[in-house]
Amino acid sequence: MSVTAPIPRVGGLRRALYAVRGRAYPRVVGAMREPSWLFYDIVLPLLGAVAFVFVYRALGAPPRFTGYVIMGGATLAFWMNVMWNMAAQFYWEKHQGNLELYLAAPCGLVPILLGMAAGGLLGTSVRAVVVVLTGALLFQAPLPVSSWPAFAAIVVLGLVALYGLGMVFSSLFLLWGREAWHTVQLLQEPVYLVSGFYFPVRALGPWVGMVASLIPITLALDGLRQVMFPGVHPALAPLAWEVGGLAVLAVLFTVLALRVLRLMERLARREGRLSFRW
Amino acid sequence: MAEPAIVTERLVRTFRGRRSPATPTGAPVVALDGVCLQVQEGELFGLLGPNGAGKTTLIKVLVTLLLPTAGRALVDGLDVVRQAPQVRERISVVSGGEHSGYGLLTVREQLWMFAQFYGIPTRQALARIDELLAVVGLAEERDRKVQQLSTGMRQKMNLVRGLLPDPRILFLDEPTLGLDVEVARVIRAYVQQWRRERPGRTILLTTHYMAEAEELCDRVAIIHQGRIIACDTPAGLKRAAAQGAYFLLDTERLDGAGFLEALPGVERVHAATLDGHTEVRLHLRDDGAIAEVVAALARQGRRILRLQKVEPSLEEAFIALVGRRLEEADQPT
Repeated sequence: MSVTAPIPRVGGLRRALYAVRGRAYPRVVGAMREPSWLFYDIVLPLLGAVAFVFVYRALGAPPRFTGYVIMGGATLAFWMNVMWNMAAQFYWEKHQGNLELYLAAPCGLVPILLGMAAGGLLGTSVRAVVVVLTGALLFQAPLPVSSWPAFAAIVVLGLVALYGLGMVFSSLFLLWGREAWHTVQLLQEPVYLVSGFYFPVRALGPWVGMVASLIPITLALDGLRQVMFPGVHPALAPLAWEVGGLAVLAVLFTVLALRVLRLMERLARREGRLSFRW
Repeated sequence: MAEPAIVTERLVRTFRGRRSPATPTGAPVVALDGVCLQVQEGELFGLLGPNGAGKTTLIKVLVTLLLPTAGRALVDGLDVVRQAPQVRERISVVSGGEHSGYGLLTVREQLWMFAQFYGIPTRQALARIDELLAVVGLAEERDRKVQQLSTGMRQKMNLVRGLLPDPRILFLDEPTLGLDVEVARVIRAYVQQWRRERPGRTILLTTHYMAEAEELCDRVAIIHQGRIIACDTPAGLKRAAAQGAYFLLDTERLDGAGFLEALPGVERVHAATLDGHTEVRLHLRDDGAIAEVVAALARQGRRILRLQKVEPSLEEAFIALVGRRLEEADQPT
């Protein structure tokens, strides 16, 4: 049997979109074929949140604090996804030998990173919704939304900024070896604290809050809480400022990610860091 | 005359060495040391050398994964440094022992994913995947998860991945490394078939299997310590090494063949004992020296079971050029 006919290939934007779809696919399918995510991505974040729910209840805090905690648990899934499945991903890809195949492919690394982000986003969004619904049902948590447009703007801008940050990290991790693992662990716990996953971030003081706002999840979470508990949530800044801040971060991290990726790719080719075998 | 498919001009690649108290900044390791090559369009070109000779480094430079430290490399007339994206449109690479992809995907899904990176529309990609899987005898495994494949199956799948985008130039880096004889045969057969199917398809193959290079390649370059030390057709390389005479001799079991090396006119002896008899490969200065060998065996009381004059093999050419057998050259010096 012979396979002689030339195969059609598209280029440019269409190929980039194909590549995004191609790389997103294993993320989505992998999640469906490995149901352990139900435990790791839903039960574990909920367990962390449950402790805080009981603390707040024991202190006689208003019911909205249960809502705070549930929202924190849901957004936690995104942070974990960005850190483990975006930032550190190139390290694993390098380990498996995928990275050099990605780079040798004509689509370039950007669509592949976007595909990783899209696949992760899709899967994590499902997980976040399940966490919110499960938490709301278990604890009868009030989760009202006062403005759907503001809610949607915060979610979209927050996710773009967050995954943009993930892309910046993944480019940096292109040059790192095993340190990637330690760095992710180093970043994980402090961010849980300073981003106010389980309490209003303003409790840490305005200065800490402002610095923590460089992490998009801080502003997004605070903004969502403002939309869900208007007038009673001790906000870090007015809602419009937070939405504006998220927009700035979204643009900043996206542009930075593209530039850093190009720079790191060149450095990695120069230093020989794209593969373990030469 | 068509432009060469691959050209390298005084290509150098060094790596920073490991740091030690003696060399705190790390002594540089020279992986490629002024490599000059030309591979013609449509050629199946072999790069033969021991581990650490620079074969893989050369491929990585040519497929744009590694920048050269000095010199220049062109692939299909394009500079691998300045025109890397255009080079990537034209090439594909398959390495031996590759574990790329995702174990949770099926073979067909995995290949489809890679097809997307080359901009192949889904319908055509799936049709081509099925065709190629059938050709390499993997059709029945197409819905099996990648993590369940054997090493040989996996390498067949990797070959299909490399062929999917229909590259102008295919780089095969030790494609049969660690595979059993039958799988290696299937892969070699299809590589030859693929190239013959359309004129202009070029393959650069690295290997450290002599027989593979001899069977497949139009021309072979021998690379050693980052340098090309010879480049010719397999027959040409053998002719160059053919000074003297080569004999294959089967005798009753010998406990050591060292005494043969001491005989006048004997250049090199390689003996292997199996099933109670010893096969001796002899490189002699000239035909006349065989009489001394026969006499020496008679003195030892060993009956000669077979004696045959043979053409020098590529292995003999390699020994003549490098000074050691390939397996010995693999060992650190």
